[in-house]
Amino acid sequence: MFSEYLDVLLMFIKAFTVGGLICTIAQVIINLTDLTSGKILVYFMLAGVVLQGLGVYRYLVDFAGAGATVPICGFGYLLANGAVQGAEKGLFGAFTGALSAASAGVSAAVIFSFIMALIFRSRSKKN
Amino acid sequence: MTEKKSRLRNENYIAYVNSFDPPTHHFKNCLHAFGVGGFICCIGQFFRVVLESAFGLSGDELSGTVSILLIFLGTLLTGLGVYDRIGRTAGAGSIVPITGFANSVCSPALEFKTEGWIYGLAAKMFVVAGPIIVYGVLSGTLVGVIYWLLG
Repeated sequence: MFSEYLDVLLMFIKAFTVGGLICTIAQVIINLTDLTSGKILVYFMLAGVVLQGLGVYRYLVDFAGAGATVPICGFGYLLANGAVQGAEKGLFGAFTGALSAASAGVSAAVIFSFIMALIFRSRSKKN
Repeated sequence: MTEKKSRLRNENYIAYVNSFDPPTHHFKNCLHAFGVGGFICCIGQFFRVVLESAFGLSGDELSGTVSILLIFLGTLLTGLGVYDRIGRTAGAGSIVPITGFANSVCSPALEFKTEGWIYGLAAKMFVVAGPIIVYGVLSGTLVGVIYWLLG
């Protein structure tokens, strides 16, 4: 019983460390190169796709859980993983796999953003 | 003024302006990014644990639901104006997690709502998210096709 709680706690520590480290790498790149946030997001997503394409990122997900799936590289991992799983069924699967895997995130972003835009006003000028 | 002279003037001006910039605190920035990024991942891990034990979700369904919940939180905090305030100190710690992706969709949607439903809200939604989806689909499908060719 006690060791179960310890496992959960350990998973939180791993998630914090790995997620924090990925963000720190991004921060170092921003500090050194002045890349804008949009470019950082694209590069990190591409890094996730490449790492999963090579079959490496899966181990990081197994190790750190949400620490590896919550950063945007996890989105890239999801795309590549979906495409690889689709490719096992055939060429059509390889075409549809990537977006089907990412559909939850894209749909959620569009739907919730639309709802929030209906409810709230822009505050970026005021604060 | 010759081209060389005007370029030299511009360079001098940029050096002069930069001399008034506050120095960037590299270590402090990184520490903030580490803390905030790690904290957001811990919220994700918390959702994972709760959904797994209370609702019995697993695999893709589990990680998808966690993403949806975090994206909801990201858009809500953007709407309330909290997320931009976090982002000012957290830097990459608030950009790189999936909540930052949600923020990059929601924030232009809010800002350009006044320019109309179609060319304002809907079109500007994908100013930052569009490139991510474009290169994600391109690279993801490329990986899929390569795997299909290799068998």
